[in-house]
Amino acid sequence: MLLKRIIVCLDVKNRRVTKGVKFKNNVDVGDVGELAERYCQEGADELVFYDITASAEHRPIDLEMVAEAARRVFIPFCVGGGIRSAADMRNALLAGADKVSLNSLAVQHPEILTESANAFGRQCVVLGLDAKRVGVSPEFPSGYQVYIQGYRTPTSWDVVEWARRAVELGAGEICLNAIDTDGVRQGYELEITRKVADAVSVPVIASGGAGKVQHLIDAFQEGHADAALVASMVHTDGYTCQTIKNEIRRTTSLPLR
Amino acid sequence: MGPVTILDYGAGNLTSVRLACQRFGVEPRMATCAAEALGEGALIFPGDGSAKSAMAAVKARGYDSLLRKAREEGRPILGICIGMQLLFDGSEEDGGVQALGMLPGQVRRFSFPQDPALKIPEMGWNGVHFRQKHPLFRGIPQDTPFYFVHSYYCDPAAEALRLGTTEYGGTHFCSVAGRDSLVATQFHPERSGEWGLALFRNFLEWNGKEEE
Repeated sequence: MLLKRIIVCLDVKNRRVTKGVKFKNNVDVGDVGELAERYCQEGADELVFYDITASAEHRPIDLEMVAEAARRVFIPFCVGGGIRSAADMRNALLAGADKVSLNSLAVQHPEILTESANAFGRQCVVLGLDAKRVGVSPEFPSGYQVYIQGYRTPTSWDVVEWARRAVELGAGEICLNAIDTDGVRQGYELEITRKVADAVSVPVIASGGAGKVQHLIDAFQEGHADAALVASMVHTDGYTCQTIKNEIRRTTSLPLR
Repeated sequence: MGPVTILDYGAGNLTSVRLACQRFGVEPRMATCAAEALGEGALIFPGDGSAKSAMAAVKARGYDSLLRKAREEGRPILGICIGMQLLFDGSEEDGGVQALGMLPGQVRRFSFPQDPALKIPEMGWNGVHFRQKHPLFRGIPQDTPFYFVHSYYCDPAAEALRLGTTEYGGTHFCSVAGRDSLVATQFHPERSGEWGLALFRNFLEWNGKEEE
């Protein structure tokens, strides 16, 4: 039976992992290579590294950071931030990443999804999708709107429609991040997670809002997510992926590694 | 551990396979055509992507005859993911692809008409049930999870080829196949954490004989 995944998210700035609330008030968590190795040993099923200042600094993703991660961890990992072309994506994959996350670029240039899926296989094309609750309307039938550029810029896309379209174009997985719940540790946005997970044929990762173990259980059971992203819980709140899994096992029969 | 050659044919990412070798102090030779893979030692035949383009690239680089020759010489060979699938007779992918025919059987697409909610590809960790004793499995617990990404699976024509199996959507597919000096995994040992590395190490230490 395919197991539910717990993915640790590392926001990286100058090779240091930071944690903020809605991209603000970042605190230093530690060295990216050391933390990646530790999370791997402590039961993470996958890692994702975001180079959070690459876009603002108009530079490509830090490839040496990607290469260091590849030397130190032997589980799948995804990278994002500063990917502006298929060539950037190729460089990240050759540096050792298994998957690359495309977010704003995919909205602005949807053909990148097809181009990269054809060139590298859709399994390494992850759509990062930032969703904001706006209420159901004819324009946004799911009640959620797609935002880009680090939550700054609204788009005309409805979240479910964009998710479907992106999968048609070539996305092999969707990391669905809820803007309203990100960093506030009150639980994932289950409604939109479920709507997207039920609408597409590829795996969906719930992201934004994990603060306690029940939130992950809810993401899997209520949100129909294939994987759940955690950050603060393991960065600063004293959990490890293993302790999270132990607690999930105590109360559910969810299949875990 | 002897010398190791990784067969590069432009299908997929070899970085993690190379790093896994280096983890055990082995500096693999990266071959870009058959001539560069001749000689002694183990061969690793990885790959991602579609069967048709992968098979065309394999032939273009002369790996089809290289792999047959290497097997006759008893060199240990490890196929990974598409590399595993191409060892069989043929694949349903891309409207039908004739593959290497080094292991009897077909490669089939997952199909779950009774449960459309199941995702294809299978992506993530899933347990491998060891059906036979094999040097590749030494020290690894039964039903250990490994990391998979695939939409197609191998269906060997002989039960003896099924070294390990995995269940997805009610299908118990062959996740490890092998015969004589040839072994192949549908999952990615180089991406499967501690136990994946253990399996990888077992391969690097293997002399290509089935008996321990």
